This record gives sequence, structure tokens and C-alpha cells, in this order.
Amino acid sequence: MATESAPSLTERIAAPDVVRDLLTNPKAVVGLAILVPVVAVSALGPMLAPYDPVAVHPADAYLGPLSSGPNGMYLLGTDHLGRDLLSRIIVGSRPSLLLGFGATGLSLLLGVPIGLTAGYSKGRVDELLMRLMDIMMSVPVLLLGVLILVVLPSSLFNIVLAIGVVFVPRIARVTRSATLSVSEEPYVLAAKARGESDPYILFREILPNVTAPIVVEGSIRIGYAVMVGTSLSFLGLGTGPPHPDWGFMINTARLHIYSTPWFLLWPSIALLATIMATNLLGDGLRDVLDPRAIEDGDGL
Amino acid sequence: MSRQRTRPADAAEADVLLDVDSVSVEFSVPDGTVEALRDVSVRVEKGETLGIAGESGSGKSTLALAIVRYLASNGHITDGSISFKGRDLYALSKGELRTIRGNEVAHVAQNPASALNPSMVIGEQIKETIDLHQDPESDEAAWDQVYEVLRQVNIPHPEYLADRYPSELSGGQQQRALIAIGLSCNPDLLILDEPTTGLDVTTQAKLLDLVRELKHDYDVGILLITHNLAVIAKIADRVNILYAGEVMEKGPVEEVFTNPANPYTQALLATTPELDREKDLRPIPGQIPGLTAIPDGCIFADRCDFATDECRAGSIPMETPTDDRETRCIRWEAATADPIAAGAATERHYDPGDVILEASDLEKHYDTATFLQNLVGGHEPVRAVDGVDLSIREGETVGLVGESGCGKSTLGRTLLHLHEPTAGSVSYRGTDVAEMSRRERREFRSECQIIQQDPEGSLNPRKRIRSIVERPLELFTDLDEAGREERVHELLDQVNLSHDLAANFPHELSGGQQQRVAVARAFAANPSLVVLDEPVSSLDVSVQASILNLLDDLREAYDTSYLLISHDMGVIKTICDRLSVMYLGQIVESGSLDEVFTPPYHPYTRSLLSSIPSLDPHEEGSRIHLEGDVPDARDPPSGCSFCTRCPEKIGEVCETDDPALEPVGGPEGAAHQLSCHHEDDELSEEIENL
Repeated sequence: MATESAPSLTERIAAPDVVRDLLTNPKAVVGLAILVPVVAVSALGPMLAPYDPVAVHPADAYLGPLSSGPNGMYLLGTDHLGRDLLSRIIVGSRPSLLLGFGATGLSLLLGVPIGLTAGYSKGRVDELLMRLMDIMMSVPVLLLGVLILVVLPSSLFNIVLAIGVVFVPRIARVTRSATLSVSEEPYVLAAKARGESDPYILFREILPNVTAPIVVEGSIRIGYAVMVGTSLSFLGLGTGPPHPDWGFMINTARLHIYSTPWFLLWPSIALLATIMATNLLGDGLRDVLDPRAIEDGDGL
Repeated sequence: MSRQRTRPADAAEADVLLDVDSVSVEFSVPDGTVEALRDVSVRVEKGETLGIAGESGSGKSTLALAIVRYLASNGHITDGSISFKGRDLYALSKGELRTIRGNEVAHVAQNPASALNPSMVIGEQIKETIDLHQDPESDEAAWDQVYEVLRQVNIPHPEYLADRYPSELSGGQQQRALIAIGLSCNPDLLILDEPTTGLDVTTQAKLLDLVRELKHDYDVGILLITHNLAVIAKIADRVNILYAGEVMEKGPVEEVFTNPANPYTQALLATTPELDREKDLRPIPGQIPGLTAIPDGCIFADRCDFATDECRAGSIPMETPTDDRETRCIRWEAATADPIAAGAATERHYDPGDVILEASDLEKHYDTATFLQNLVGGHEPVRAVDGVDLSIREGETVGLVGESGCGKSTLGRTLLHLHEPTAGSVSYRGTDVAEMSRRERREFRSECQIIQQDPEGSLNPRKRIRSIVERPLELFTDLDEAGREERVHELLDQVNLSHDLAANFPHELSGGQQQRVAVARAFAANPSLVVLDEPVSSLDVSVQASILNLLDDLREAYDTSYLLISHDMGVIKTICDRLSVMYLGQIVESGSLDEVFTPPYHPYTRSLLSSIPSLDPHEEGSRIHLEGDVPDARDPPSGCSFCTRCPEKIGEVCETDDPALEPVGGPEGAAHQLSCHHEDDELSEEIENL
């Protein structure tokens, strides 16, 4: 493989540009405005939570938002066991986010090289890799997740692993289709004419030009991963009670949907906002990462 | 054939079809407004062809779109009026406009491949327009009209072709079909936007004759928009030269082309390669200005040899050197007295050294069969390169010319082993490239470079210019970071690019600048051979000349050899020493420039040369029209590959025996070779326009 030089001056200049452009992109700003607090809250977690999320206060059960019970005042109310809903949402964000980012990260790590290799080599390698991916994709996501979790013990790490693997074919497909056209570009031929190694061509010439669809797909996957994670948790395959987790909270709330709808409302809003924010950020990133997008779009 | 020249002054008002009166068009863009057209006046009369010539960015397509009220939503007319047969087009209601568009004014868009709907057969697309405007009595009547109009544009077997999808037609046929749609309602005005761009010269020649016939037979007014001056010289009656949104000069073609009264016209003519004249191309310095902030005075002043301080102030009016001519130049008298002209051709000194690269019996076949077709079997590969011998020596420029699809680019890439040859071999300084060791292969890669057609595409959009030019230095030299930076600057100097551009991304550069970057990259590691794959075909003529001159200078400085692949004989003639003509994967003629350009000619070379329009409007060269299209490379004809289209076909022998490439005048004639069953003296007739 060709020796990689340290990032040249030019590549060091590039980074602040992306940040600056990102901060002037409305979609990205809205996405970040939601996502940054959500990530911060989940990082600080127990420190912010006003109550112990697993502490049961039977006397305070079924309290509505902004109401006070014998043990204190609850901003978002309490559940059927008298646990503070706000604290549970704050603390429950951590497994949900870890799941979203972890699983997506894992699927990118595996899926992108597979897609690049398939799209660049074409022919038999492509056929082999993509048919493998097809086989994986033919099993419904949730079923595959459930299958993996039946074999492996149910821990957060294993859930991340399960969802990450499930998403690999989708990332690989998107990467491959972008690679197929980019690998026909004259600059790839120019790189071959210089005698560049295949890894250099894949990761330094092609990858930077296929990031846009991958970033978009990845950001959608974050939301999906959170969703699949909550679904698994809803089905009882999550980390399990008493630890709070949005999916499991929604599962519990299901029983009380008519009497106390806010049980369901708060975790659903948290879930919705997070998924929406990642999608918005993904859209914004796509706009910013393609230096030609703006010039091409001005209609002249 | 004599052409009628109508003078606008004599023409009755009633004969004026289109009157564009001092129109200005602006586009709103994020960083301001682009003044795409300024004070443009154009008049087309019945039965005349008006040529609008201009480089990219001159606003010629904007003009066409403004005429049919089809500007993009961010564009609008700020001044002036456009009227058709006395009616102001911009005062019409949408409904009235619809009856004029397509019915009385037909706009034939650029690029037929995308202007035709790929999911509809040709006939349906023509019938659509007829149904809309003509209200035909019956379906049969409409279809009869479809066949009739296809016949008008010389499409053979209209009944058959009307039932084909656009992808099943050749490029020339697609362009004809598009013109047929335009003609279907017998319009009075036909707007042809770059009708021949992207067509091969032999196809272009046929299309130009068609346009001429149409004007003659149907008395339509034609507005012909093109960047190709020779096309205008060939078929237009009057010409308007457009530059950066302003009409620089207008008048009858003959006078404007033989005695241009505007420095821009003069410079444009001097920078265009010509087959029939020996000249050193004279590039136009600088580049077309951005149109967001229009400076005072003449828009061309910064690139003009005649410009004085007076030219840079106020607005420049149209001057009238003679009754029927106008020029936007206050110094036109000085310009006509001592016109800008191309220098006399400098004698090329040709002293080739040892053979660098040699191909023998090289073949490259593409297997396009899918998995299923492979199972069934019997699928023929595309024979892109089919048995080629070629050698390139030190210090020489070898041209490779042929029409699109003849395999010339594939040959170029296969020579560099960017594609593995199917059969035959390529040897670099005596060593077979296929059998090279890793170290030798690395040496080969550093010594043999390629410059490609699409300059923007050949530069990675995510890398800055500095990293692009620096990369070969990292790969092939031992220079440290400071040394590389110094070398990058040296290279940018050599290709006349400012050092400031090093920090830019490719898309921030103009096409000519991008190609200079590609040239700098190719020369970074001091190559001994560079394959130039259509290096200037996507550039404007004024830029083209400067790139060709740059390449010629670098060849001297680096003592490099070139293989110049091009479809443009003019370009080949400008910088090549030797030349090979390719047809359907095979070389049909090769020799020195003089040998190929003088008799005896291979019949294919002859038709290529005679198809190229000349800049001289008086020239009425006899064209040899090739019948049909290039055969499918999956199923090349038996015998001589050119036999299906050859105007000088002898008979059965051409269909059965494949003629070998043989030296002209017996074995001693060595250098000049051609493959034809005719005797040499039978191929020796002169070509009129050369």
C-alpha cells in the first residue's frame, strides 16, 4: 500500500469550512439545536435527573404533569409506580442514543468498505458480496434482531451489535451504487494511471466523493436504530426493567394509554425529536459536504 | 450553389420574422445579478439563415430561450422587446404564446439525447406536436404527416424509424428527429441551438446540407446558434458575433469572415485551427469576464490588442463600417487597417529518437454479456480495438484520429495498460508491459501519463489544486515537503496558473484552468510519453489554442512524446508529426502529416477530410457523403471494415478480404501506409477544399 503522508496543509484548512458552512445551514442548525442538548443531557444523565429514576414512590403514583405529591414536585408527572417520568426520560436517553450512534457506527464501519469494494471491483467480487447482502436483507430487520438476541445474552452491547449487523447491507448497497458511478470518473482513471494502490483509490479518491449519500443514509439509520432498539426493548428484549429506556417506557405506558396518556407522550416526543434531529442534521451535512452542490443549484 | 444574401436595409418590413430589439436579460443569483445579455438586437428575415456565434458564456443559448419565453425562473428581460411577425412576444397571453411556440416558432434544443423523451417512440413524439397544433382530421392523417416530416429530414424508412425509441437511433438520426419535431408544423422560424455539437464531422456535413435544403425548399427563417465558426461559414447568410452578452459584430458572413471589423472577431478567427491553411494558432489572452459586475466601456477591452483608455469608459456604441455591417468597436478603423491574424506556421522540426512505446497486434474486446447471456452463450464481444500496430518514438507527436466509437480512446488506455489487452502486446522501451516487475511497472507509470478530455472530471473534486499536482511528486520522487511545494509552484508557473489557485478546489476554476492543472499533474514526474485523450475538445476555441500551444511548448521543454487522440483534424494538424486514422477498431491509414493530408487517400480519410467545413465562406468543397452509420463493433463487416459505407467500394473483394495496412508505393514507401484494395493511383484524386 502507498505510504500515506500526514494530512497536508490543505486538508487542515478544510475542516473549519465544514463547521462554518454547517452553522449557516438552516436544516443543520435546527438538527444540532435539538441533538446537542439531547446528547448533553444523556451524557450528564443521573447528575441532571431530579429523582432516582428507579426509586418507587407508591404514594406519588399516577401524578399528572406539574403536580406535587407527598415526596415532592414532578415536572412531567409520575408513572404507575410513582417513578419520576422526567428522570426516567433523562436517564433512559443514554441507552437509546448509544444504540443509535453505536449501531450506525458499526454498520458504517462494516458496510462502507464492503460497498466500496463491491462497486469498484465489479464482476464476481461484486456479485458475491451483494448476493450475501441480499440474503441478509431478505430477513426482516426486527426478526433478525430478535434472532441474534435469542442467541446472545441481552445486553446493550449485544443489541448494538445486532442492530449494527442488521444495517450493514443497507449501508453497503448505498455505498456500492454511489461507488459504481464515481469509479467511472476520469480522476479515478487518472489515479490508476499514476499507479496508485487499490486502497488509496478506494479510500482517498472514491470515498470522499461518495460521502454524501452515505452520510444521509447513516443519519437516517441513527433514527432507525433508535427505533429498532426501542422496538426490541418494547418486545422485552432490551436491557430490561427496572433500568429506564424509552422503548420499555413506551411498552409500559401502553397499558395506561387511556387513563394517563402522558406516560406514552413524553418518551414518544423524546424519540421523535431525536430521530427528526438526526435526519435534519444528515440533510444539512449532505448540502455542506458537497462543494459543488450550491453552485450547481443556482439555476444558471 | 449560390446563396442569396438579403440586406436588412432593402428588406420589406413584412419579411422580418423575428425582431429582437436591444434586449437585456438578467438572472438573479445568490451573489447578485448576472447580466447575461446586454443591448442585443437580432433580426431574422424570411428565408434567411442568421448565425449567432459565440463561445460558452456568451449568452447565445440565453438569447434562444428568451425568444421562446423559456428563460429559467430566475431570469427576466429588463429592457428591449422581442417581436415575432410584428407581435410582441412578451405581451402575449399564455394561450397565444402556446399557439406560436412549436407552431410558428420551433426551438430545437441542444443535445438530442436528452431533448427526446427516452420512453416514447420517435413517431409519437412528432405526432404529439402535430396533434397539439394542427388538429389533424384523423389519426392516419397525423401519422402520414409524421412520415412526411421524417422524410423531409432525410430519415430513411420513416415508417420503421417512427416506431423506434430514441436510444435505438444514432446521434445524427436523433438530431434529425428533433429537427423533424421542429418542422412538423411548418414553422416560419426555426431556432437551432448547437445542432451539430456532439456529432461526428461526417454526420455534421450531412446535417448542414439538410439545414441548407430546408431553408431553400421551405423558405423558413433559421436562427442558427453555434460555437463553431466553420458551421456558420458554411450555411449562414448573415452572422452576429456574440461575446459576454453583447453583439460585437454583425453583417453578411462573407464580409465578416473575410474582413472582420471587430478585434474579437479577428482574434476568434485567428485562434481557430483550419485544415486548409498553415497557421500558428494565436490564443486570445485572458478569459471571458464574469457578468455579475459589468465594467464601464468595452467588455472585450481587457483582452484586446487595440484597446486604449477611451475603450474603458462610457458605453460603446455600434459603429457602422458599411451599410449592412455593424461593429461594437470605436477603434474598428485601426482594427481593420492592421487586423489581428494568426502568424505564419513555424516549421516543425522533427527528429524522432528511439521507440518508446510499441503496440503489436493489440486487441481489446469488451464482453458486454450479462450473467444470463453468458449461460446461454453465443454472445459477441465489442471489438473496440481490433489488431492495431502502433509505435511512438522519442520526441514525436503522433496523432490518432477517428470518429466517435472508433476505439481511439480505448486504444489510448490499452496502450497505457489501464485496460488489460485482450490479445497482442504493448512494450515500453523494449520490455513487455504485461511482464514487468513491480519496480518496472512503477517506472512505466511514472514515465507514461494521460491527460483526459473532461478537465473537471479528471480532477478529484474533493482535493485542492495543490494536493492534486503534488500527488505524483509524492509517488514518484524523493522530494521532501518543501521541495514538493517548490516544484508545485514551478509547475503552476509553467502552465501559466497563478500560485493563489493552489488552495482552490477544481470547481472554482474555469475549464481552461482545470485543463492546465491536469497538464501540470501529468508533467510533475517528468514523463517521457503523455497520452492526450481529446485534450481540448471540451474547451472553447480561444482556450483551445492556448492549451495546444502550451502542450507544444512543454513537449520541447521536457522532450516528451505525445499520442494525441482527437476527432478534430484541425487540432491534429496543429501539433502532430505523424498521424494514424482509425476506423472501427483498426488503423486504415498512417503516415506523416503531409503524407496523410495529400493523395493517395484511404477512402475513409478522404471522406473525413472532405466533410470538414472551412472557415472560408466562399469555399464550396464537394463533400463525400458517407452512407449509413458506423457498423456495430459487436458484428463488424467481414472483409474491409469500411466496406459498408465506402463510396469507392470495388465489389465482392471488399466484402470478403480484409486489406492489410501496406506501404504506399511498394515496400520502400515504408512510412505512409494504407489499407485498401484499390491501387494507390486510383486513390490519388485531389480533395478540392484542401
